[in-house]
Amino acid sequence: MTALPQPVTRLTRWRQSDLWWSFTQSKAAMFAAGLLAFLVITAFAAPLYVPQNPFDPAQLTLLNAEYPPIWVEGGQWPFLLGTDTQGRDILSAILYGSRVSILIGLASVFFALVVGLGTGLVAGYYGGLIEDALMRIGDVLLSIPTILIAILVSAIVRELLPTHLREVGAAGVLVLAIVLSGWVQYARTVRAQTSVERGKEYVQAAQLLKVPARRIMFRHILPNTLTPIFVAATLNFGMAILTEATLSFLGIGMPASQPSLGTLIRLGNQFLFSGMWWITVFPVLQLCLLVVAVNLLGDWLRDALNPKLR
Amino acid sequence: MTKTRASLLSCVAIACLAGDVSAETLRWGAARDINSLDPYSYGSTFTISFLNHVYEGLVRYNENLEIEPALATEWEVLEGNVWRFKLREGVKFHDGAEFTADDVVASLTRVSHPDSPLRGNLPAYVSSAKVDDYTVDITVNGTYPLLLNDLTNIHIFDGGWLAEHKAEVPTDVAKKVEGYPTFNANGTGPFIVESRVPDSKTVLVVNEGWWDAPKHNLTKIEFMPIASDATRVAALLSGEIDFTEKAPIQDIPRLEATPAVKVLEGSELRTIMFGFSFADTLRDGKPNLFKDKKMREALAAALDLPLIQQRVMRGKSRLAGTVIAPAIPGYDEALDTPSAYDPDKAAALIKELGAEGYEFEIVCANDMWLNEEEICNAMVSMLTRAGLKPVLSIGPNAVQQVKQTNGESDMFSFGWANEPMLDSYSILLQVFHSRTDNAGVFNWGGWVYPELDKLVDAAATELDRTKRLGMQSEALKIVKDELIMLPFHQQPMAWATSDKVDAVVQLSDNKGRHWLTRMAE
Amino acid sequence: MIVFLVKRLANAALVMLVVALMAFLIFRFVGDPVQLMVNEQTTQAERDALREGLGLNDPVAVQFLRFVGNAVQGDFGVSYRNQQEVMSLIAERFPATIELVLLATVISLVVGVPLGVITAIHRGTWFSEGLQFLSIIGVSLPSFVIGILLILIFSVILNVLPAFGRGEVVSIGWWTTGLLTQSGRAALILPAVALSLYQITLVMRLVRAEMMEVLRSDFIKFARARGVPRSRVHYVHALRNCLMPVVTMTAMNIGSLIAFALITETVFQWPGMGMLFIQAVTFVDIPVMAAYLCIVSFIFVALNTLVDIAYALIDPRLRAARG
Repeated sequence: MTALPQPVTRLTRWRQSDLWWSFTQSKAAMFAAGLLAFLVITAFAAPLYVPQNPFDPAQLTLLNAEYPPIWVEGGQWPFLLGTDTQGRDILSAILYGSRVSILIGLASVFFALVVGLGTGLVAGYYGGLIEDALMRIGDVLLSIPTILIAILVSAIVRELLPTHLREVGAAGVLVLAIVLSGWVQYARTVRAQTSVERGKEYVQAAQLLKVPARRIMFRHILPNTLTPIFVAATLNFGMAILTEATLSFLGIGMPASQPSLGTLIRLGNQFLFSGMWWITVFPVLQLCLLVVAVNLLGDWLRDALNPKLR
Repeated sequence: MTKTRASLLSCVAIACLAGDVSAETLRWGAARDINSLDPYSYGSTFTISFLNHVYEGLVRYNENLEIEPALATEWEVLEGNVWRFKLREGVKFHDGAEFTADDVVASLTRVSHPDSPLRGNLPAYVSSAKVDDYTVDITVNGTYPLLLNDLTNIHIFDGGWLAEHKAEVPTDVAKKVEGYPTFNANGTGPFIVESRVPDSKTVLVVNEGWWDAPKHNLTKIEFMPIASDATRVAALLSGEIDFTEKAPIQDIPRLEATPAVKVLEGSELRTIMFGFSFADTLRDGKPNLFKDKKMREALAAALDLPLIQQRVMRGKSRLAGTVIAPAIPGYDEALDTPSAYDPDKAAALIKELGAEGYEFEIVCANDMWLNEEEICNAMVSMLTRAGLKPVLSIGPNAVQQVKQTNGESDMFSFGWANEPMLDSYSILLQVFHSRTDNAGVFNWGGWVYPELDKLVDAAATELDRTKRLGMQSEALKIVKDELIMLPFHQQPMAWATSDKVDAVVQLSDNKGRHWLTRMAE
Repeated sequence: MIVFLVKRLANAALVMLVVALMAFLIFRFVGDPVQLMVNEQTTQAERDALREGLGLNDPVAVQFLRFVGNAVQGDFGVSYRNQQEVMSLIAERFPATIELVLLATVISLVVGVPLGVITAIHRGTWFSEGLQFLSIIGVSLPSFVIGILLILIFSVILNVLPAFGRGEVVSIGWWTTGLLTQSGRAALILPAVALSLYQITLVMRLVRAEMMEVLRSDFIKFARARGVPRSRVHYVHALRNCLMPVVTMTAMNIGSLIAFALITETVFQWPGMGMLFIQAVTFVDIPVMAAYLCIVSFIFVALNTLVDIAYALIDPRLRAARG
């Protein structure tokens, strides 16, 4: 038996990276990552253990309405965090709601990245008319607040969708609304970065060597622009969750039948003054924990990936 | 910006420099703003009820909602279709002009102008003529029993003032006529408009020269719209307002527990009900089972209305068995038996019809009736448990009402107060009559019951009140027996005042009447 | 340079035209204005006549051209709901929003810049880390939650500040201000704080990041080496060098603050453009919605264009690259 040399796996490479080292050095980052993992796992595993599927109207009954949390007088098992005015279990609702919020946030960031990186690279690399056209489209979208875009999108999509798809479509509508206002930021960052990089020697050298434009863009320029994009995407994930919450709070987001965290806060806000604090407070807490965890991670990433700060 | 606006705003500045808020100022935090200072420019019950502080009609409702003289002192029917009104002498408009028959003719001409958005409130009007300075003849298009009811909310302008400001024609957005009366007012009522900033504040001061003996002790009303329920409650609790006509019912226990706040509750005239499409198919194209009375009965049996009343409405609504409130003429107590919750009956009917898993859309608004969104959500739970598959469409009324009126909703929420007529003829003609030129404007489901139509048409020309109401009750029995719409409840109304307010008068039409309000001295 | 200028302005005009098209398209097809102008007793014939009178039956292209032509002259028609000229409605609300946004901007600079400097200088201390953490919470709290919490604490529980409205205002020409009266100033505090919180964290983080870069640069090291006092190095030499991006961001963010103010205005019942807009949405008041969209976009585009031009003036490389 001869000892084989240890293969260099992706995992070991990762564990030897600066990023991992920086992560192990930051208590905040580790805390945030742990919190985020906890929130994501509890949310996605919720159907396995919560007492109720809050999205199934047949499981809600007014008879269970308005129980306070279990530790308050009048609380009722199994409704640990109490119930709302429709008899919806708050714990089940915020876990299912987090799932909705997280999924919408992820989808928004993903699609915004795809659109933003593509247009930004093309615009920055080719410049001229393409740049102008793409950036003008971006300007237009950025000149309209997210909420207005959401109203537009939901109105049109609602008209197009048949009745039974409208509720299912609400999440898609929100994603579309957030993507439409979110991709521009990536496009701008990448474009700015690209037009700077384009002037640098290594790109000019590649051009002289007749490397195809696509290859230059994706293999040479893109990696150099990714750091700020990566940070922005993490922070924008938090922003997307907040935007979704705000839209749902204003009543133009997720419907009450499949409430996201924002919808729950909107529904609960009417009862804040009437003593039923738990209907609002728990969704607010969950939303804040979620966004704080994401933002802490993004913040750490920004510092860790900024070579000038090392 | 016009000069008018600028001068209005500087009024605000002067008022603020004067500064003091005396004990006789009523600060009114309303759930919404009025639409205009011109009562003819927008057909809104709330706006008109606010402008009742400034303008008056020929007759008015008294504290028992009976008609009593106001700007007219007496009246008689000359022939079948001409009414003669004697006007009150010595009444002055806020600018000092004398009130005469010319003003009545000018006002009625203006309100019935083809451009007037309010002319539907005076449907039978044909013409008016001055007989002498204090006598006016009004011609209607046949024998019409409800002219006085209609006139309670037709406010009288000063004809000379209208002419001076070129406002004889009502404001019409279509023709972009900028209306002077939209921002200025000159009525005969107990209060004078001092300033107005839309959506912010409208200030009324007392009219010292009012013809009637004032029962109030106010010197000023500051009217401030605060749309958000939570903010309005906060403002009341922190003493920033003295009165609101809409205290959110979920906050009533908290408000009642606050020593400095008083809550006044009652049952409103408005009945909330649900209607069904009577078209051949639903919106998604499948056959419409709601045309079958059994399906409507199944739905009624599947809904636990008392539970909704207890939980969602916090025991504050009045369960309704018929589509009008007891105070509305034509009401028949025998019809007022709320539908009973009977899940077994519902299950049997649904099985019989083969409607298990039947999918349909319920169209509700989240800003229209009290706790409407919660009611609709609770309905969805109950109907789902009964084995149906309702889908809720919820949104602002502005968007939802289009779907409802276009017949694009399988089931829809509906509310009717019979305002300002205060007679069941209103709901029978506008809602339950089949769709014809003037009738059935709100027949959203498209139902046709010829027998009911016949009764309503006959009631329109019946001058004998008892006979007329008998016919109307009979028509309402058809509505009940056929379950054309499913009545839920009369909305609760909840006003709240600070301890600075001694007494307010709350009637079932849910209108603020602050010429009867007294502040603590 | 002139070519660049002309090109940039033409771009801005084009953007505005597209915004106008979108404004027109969106609001032409959302809701039904006729429904909102009639009451329970209006007949079908009257409804049809109203529809015709509003021009809602004309071809869409004709309606759009009419819209743009009027908009350029500042005529957005008459509000369906208030039946008042939209421009005068907006002009009336404009000062309220601008006052709120400017105060929020001032607060964000006054609080954000020193915090940014402190956290940059004292990087790694518990104090700085704590502030960093607080700033993250600041970014993570949705503005409607902040508004509700502020009302709950300062209006309901402590009863020290008004929960809604603008207090008494004084008019100076067509401008109205709440700054000259006691109640006006009191009413401004909570909404301005609520609106500025997010902006504070942005400024603070930007200043911190810029400061940390500048502090590493040679000229700072040189200044220190020369024995210039620490505070002078930090607050004069270093800060001056990172103010440019702060000013840029602040200028460009005023547009989005105006839009964001609509949430704050809704929570605090602040009688500004944002609340006008939200109310217009509820009532499908198309002219008001269209005008709001165009005006907010115009402010935004104008600021963006100005910043671009200013940058081009300062940094000729950009001009060469794009002109």
